[in-house]
Amino acid sequence: MGCKETKSKVLDMYNNHSLIVNPNSKRNLLEKIFTLLSIICAIVAIIPLMLVISFVLIKGGSYISLDLLILEPEPPGDDLLSAGGIGPAIVGTLIMSLIAAIISIPIGVGGGIFLSEFSKNGNFAKFIRFGTNVLAGVPSIIAGVFIYAIIVSTKIIFGSMFSAIAGGMALSILMLPTIIKTTDEGLKLVPDDLRKGALGVGASKFTMITNITLPIAFRSISTGVVLGIARAAGETAPLIFTALFSRYYITGLEDLFYEMSSLSVLIYNFALEPYEAQNQLAWSASFVLIIILLGMNILSRWITSSTTEKNF
Amino acid sequence: MVLALASVVALILLSIFVVIFFESRESISRYGLNFLITSAWNPVTDEYGAFTAIYGTLLTSFASLLIAVPLGVGTAIFITEDFVNKKIRNFISVMVELLAAIPSVVLGLWAIFILEPFLRPIFQLIHKFLGWIPFFSTSPIGPGIAPAIIILVVMILPIITSISKDSLNQVPQRLRQASYGIGATRWTTIFNVIIPAAISGITGGVLLALGRAMGETMAVTMIIGNSNSFSWSIFSPGYTISAMLANQFGEADGTQVSSLMYAALILMILSLLVNIFAQWAVKKLSLKY
Repeated sequence: MGCKETKSKVLDMYNNHSLIVNPNSKRNLLEKIFTLLSIICAIVAIIPLMLVISFVLIKGGSYISLDLLILEPEPPGDDLLSAGGIGPAIVGTLIMSLIAAIISIPIGVGGGIFLSEFSKNGNFAKFIRFGTNVLAGVPSIIAGVFIYAIIVSTKIIFGSMFSAIAGGMALSILMLPTIIKTTDEGLKLVPDDLRKGALGVGASKFTMITNITLPIAFRSISTGVVLGIARAAGETAPLIFTALFSRYYITGLEDLFYEMSSLSVLIYNFALEPYEAQNQLAWSASFVLIIILLGMNILSRWITSSTTEKNF
Repeated sequence: MVLALASVVALILLSIFVVIFFESRESISRYGLNFLITSAWNPVTDEYGAFTAIYGTLLTSFASLLIAVPLGVGTAIFITEDFVNKKIRNFISVMVELLAAIPSVVLGLWAIFILEPFLRPIFQLIHKFLGWIPFFSTSPIGPGIAPAIIILVVMILPIITSISKDSLNQVPQRLRQASYGIGATRWTTIFNVIIPAAISGITGGVLLALGRAMGETMAVTMIIGNSNSFSWSIFSPGYTISAMLANQFGEADGTQVSSLMYAALILMILSLLVNIFAQWAVKKLSLKY
């Protein structure tokens, strides 16, 4: 076999186009079909968000006015002009999220500190991590049922039944796993050298945690807290039979022991009313709720992106 | 001190179980396992059975997975491959994640007033041509199981997409290059190398989504029609355990509360099993490179 023969063979192959990509071969067609399918998936996946956001912005945003934001809702009826507003619900959502945060931040941050600083990979820590994941998967309505059983039906808090406190407690169960996880992960990112350095210069473990590790992990912990609060503020299921609903503003601290309205429960109740006016209030409340939640999400993204790890 | 705070998690989890079990024991001793297979729900005669609700919970969650898994994984592949430039892919990724931030009650509101009226003619068409199949045997007249399935798809899509995306991103680049090097095309590589390498994360995400779908309450309650009479058809109104709880818990007393607690216990056990299985699957299926 000479060189010439091989050369003519290659030329022959080339002339018969076997080295040129054939766009109609089965292999290449399949490639294109799958690529197209995945593009379609991506487009279909963002359609719902676009639709939900635009309907909430249009239907909810068009009726937003100062009155709507501060008035109390009137009893259901078919009068669009005297339907009232959603003021108490906005305040209620903020108050109950705050109660939930007050309960779950200390427990969550404390639990996270335990997991990453005290018992890095012991069996008990593994069990708590597992428990945190399971608690994160507990359906939100179960949190409501649980609080109903131990707080509302037993009237254990000064004889009050349905109350803002009970609602806040139900929400705190949902916030807890998020806060523990982000604290744990935030603390894990703190370089060990810093801990050793602190202990080396004679700091106690307590001083090391409060003065060195916690301040460094502060930003990722606050991301977790913001996300946790955002999750709680949007929840409805744990509130519908713990905090119920009320049409009035709170007037004093003692009102925390009575029913309290929230944006989410207002949306649920008014969406199911047969009257146009109440449905409209539900859309407006959705608008306000989504603005609050998206704001919190953007805030948490901003906190994370401005965290870009400092070089130690 | 912090040990005590960490134990609170275990304590809450344990007491949820104990309290719900304790509250439901009257119903458990009265109906036993018959509760799972009968569908009577009559507060007047005190007859309770959760079959319709359990069937509704399982049907809606598995049917929504059937739609959401290919859609979510497909989107995740689109985001992780370089079909278009990174800006567009990031945009889609953020959009899908923001979808998770929309509260379920708002999705429920949207489902009642926009989605269901829009889907009804389509469902009617399906009923007209495929009505001989038991699943499509009743005429769609409003809220029902089918729109609930669709809204569940919307709710679990972000979970599946973002977790699949993360695990696809974690597949080492050299696996892909080796595959290209021996002459595989892009999609051969995706199906035979990338997806198998990321399967543990994807499975975990799918199971988490299943748990979420089972426990999802508000959007489903608002759109499923809340009827306890059993029907095979997905166009007729139905019930899920969580919808039943949301609807009846406020006004229930006596045996009804106990029966609702029994239903809650079943839901709790279902979601616990799915969650444990998810954590196990992630460990078991993860490939070591």
